[in-house]
Amino acid sequence: MIENILINGLIHGGVYALLAVGFSLIFGVARIVNIAHTAFYMIAAYLIYTFSTRMGLHPLLAILFSIALVTGIGMVVYQLSIKPIQEHEITVLIVTIAVAMVFQEIVLLIYGGHFRGNPSLLTGFIQISGVRVSYQHLLTLIVVFFVLLLTWVILFRTRLGIAIRATAQDREVANLMGMNVNRVAMVTMGIAVMMAAIGGVLVAPLSVVEPYMWLHPLVMVLAIVVLGGLGSIKGSLAGAFILGFTETLVVFLIPLGAFLKGAFSLMIMIVVLLIRPEGLFGVAFEEER
Amino acid sequence: MAPLFSFRKIRLFLEKEIFILPSRMIAFFFCLGLLILPLFIKDPYLLRIIILSSIFAIFAASWDLLSGFTGQMNFGHALFFGVAAYTSAILNLRFGFPPWMTIPIGALAAVIAGLVIGIPCLRLKGPYLALATLSFPIILMGIVFTIPKITGGELGVSGIKPLASSRLVSYYICVILMIGLGLVMWKIGDSKTGIIFHAIREDEVAVRASGINTTRYKLLAFSLSGFFAGLSGGLYTHFIRIAGPSTLEVSLSFQAIIWAIFGGVVTIYGPITGVFILYPLMEFLRILPEIRTLMFGLIVIIILLFMPEGLTTWIRDRMEEECPRCKVRNVAWKKTCRICFAEMGKKKE
Repeated sequence: MIENILINGLIHGGVYALLAVGFSLIFGVARIVNIAHTAFYMIAAYLIYTFSTRMGLHPLLAILFSIALVTGIGMVVYQLSIKPIQEHEITVLIVTIAVAMVFQEIVLLIYGGHFRGNPSLLTGFIQISGVRVSYQHLLTLIVVFFVLLLTWVILFRTRLGIAIRATAQDREVANLMGMNVNRVAMVTMGIAVMMAAIGGVLVAPLSVVEPYMWLHPLVMVLAIVVLGGLGSIKGSLAGAFILGFTETLVVFLIPLGAFLKGAFSLMIMIVVLLIRPEGLFGVAFEEER
Repeated sequence: MAPLFSFRKIRLFLEKEIFILPSRMIAFFFCLGLLILPLFIKDPYLLRIIILSSIFAIFAASWDLLSGFTGQMNFGHALFFGVAAYTSAILNLRFGFPPWMTIPIGALAAVIAGLVIGIPCLRLKGPYLALATLSFPIILMGIVFTIPKITGGELGVSGIKPLASSRLVSYYICVILMIGLGLVMWKIGDSKTGIIFHAIREDEVAVRASGINTTRYKLLAFSLSGFFAGLSGGLYTHFIRIAGPSTLEVSLSFQAIIWAIFGGVVTIYGPITGVFILYPLMEFLRILPEIRTLMFGLIVIIILLFMPEGLTTWIRDRMEEECPRCKVRNVAWKKTCRICFAEMGKKKE
C-alpha cells in the first residue's frame, strides 16, 4: 500500500512537474495563460499511438517523431494565433481555449472517442525491497528526472537560459539589452510544448489515451502553478509533487476518492493561497502598471 | 442621459436617445424583434433556442459585470449557475415551492456562494484569482458526486416543475427578463458604482488612495454578478427541468468567458450579442454534428484574430466615435458633437 502510494505519487508528481514547469515558463516569459498546454500533451499521446500501433514504427523512433512534431505544432500555433494578439491578454486566453477545443475535436474526428491503449516500451518488473516496480514506471521516473535536470541546465547554465529568465523578469528591459524578445518567447514556447509532449509520451503507455484526457491535467497544472507561485520553476516542482501525492493518497485512502481527488488538491491550493496569496515560492512584486 | 423611464415623452425619448446612435437603434430593434417574433414564428424548436440564448445571455452579461467591469477574472462562473440551479431544483422537488419563489431563492444562494468565495479570494489578484475561482465549481462537483442521495449524483435532480404552462409564456418570461436584467446591468455599469468598478479594474491602488473601500466594492461586484448569474441558473433549471452536474462544469465557465470576450467585454451588450450569435450558431451547426465544435473553435479564433477586442466593440468603433471634448459618443459621420457642438476630430490614434 505505502509502496504503491509512493510509486504512483512520484509518477503523477513527475508528469505534473513536466507539464507545470513548461506552463510556468511560458507564463513567465510571454505572460500567456496557455490553456492549450495540456492539449499538446494529449496530441503527443495520440501521435505515439499512431506511429507505433498504426504505422508500426519502432517505439523509440515513434517517440522522437511525435515529440518533434508536437514541438513544431506548438511553435506554429504560437506564431499564427497567439503572437498577433499578444497585447490583449484576455483575448489570448480565449484563443488558447479555442485552440485546445480545436485540437480535441480534430483528434475526435480522426480517432473517435474510443479509449486507446499503448504498448509499454519495456516489459517486466524489478523487486525493490519486496515491491514490484515495473520497468516502465522506473523508466518514466528516470526520464522525468533527466528532463527536469536538462531544463535546469538550460535555464541556469546557458545564454539562452539567461535570455529566457531576463525576459521573464522584465520584457522591455530585456528587449533594450538587445535580446530578440519575440524569438525568446517562441523558443520558450517550443521548450514548454516539448516538455508537455514528453509528459504525454510518458503517460501514453501507463494510462488510457482519449480525446478528453487533457482536461483533468489542465486543472491540476493550473492548481500546481498557482500553489507554487506563478512563474516560479521551483514552486511548480514543489507544487507538482505535493498535489501528485495528495491525489494518490486520496484515491488510495478515501472511499469514493476518485471523485474527490480534484476537490482535495484544489482545497489544498486554496488553503495555501489564503495563507500566502502569492503561492509557496512566488514573489509578491509591486503591482505592474 | 435623460431618465430612462420618462413615459410622457416616449416619442421625444426615442428620437433624442435611441435613434441618435446606430448602436442603440440596433439594440432597440433587436429587443422589439424578439418581443414580436412569436407572432410570426411558432416553431417550438426556434423558440427553445431563443429561450436558452436569453438565459445564457443573462449569465454571460453577469460575468461581464464582475470580470469585465471590475477586472476580477472569474474562471468559475458556473459556480453561481450551478448553486442556483441545484438550490431551486431541490427546493422545488422536495418542498414543492413554485418557480417564482425558487428562482429568487436560488439567486440568493448564489449571492451567498459569491460572498463565501469572494471574501477569501479578494486577497488574490489577476491570474491567481482566476485560477482560485476556477477550482470552486470543481470542488463542489466532487461534493455533488459523493452525496448522490441529495443531489442525484451523475444524473442530477429531475422531475422539476416547468417554468410556465406553455412554451410561449416561458419565452416571454425569459426574453423580458433578459432585456430587463440586461438594461439593469447596463445601468449599473453606467452608475457611480459602475465608475468605481471601472476604476478598480484600471488601477486599484489609486482607487484605494482616493479613500474608497475597494474590498467592499469588489464584494458588491461578486454578489451582484452572483445574483444575476443565479437568476439565469434558476431559469435554466426550470426550463430544462433538470439540474445536473453539467451546470457546474469547467466548460460552462469557459463558455461564458468565450461568449463575453467574443462579443466584447465591459459593455454588457457585448456578451449578450455574443450569446445570441454563438449559441444559435452552435445549434445551427448540428447539421454537421462531427465538426460542430471544431467549426465553433475555428470561428472564435478567426474572429478574435481580426477583432481582438470583440465583435461589438469593433463594430461600434466603426460606426461611432467619441467627442474629444465631452466624451459623448457620436455617429462617425457627423462633423460636430451632438451635445457640445465641438468639432469632431480625425479618427482616434
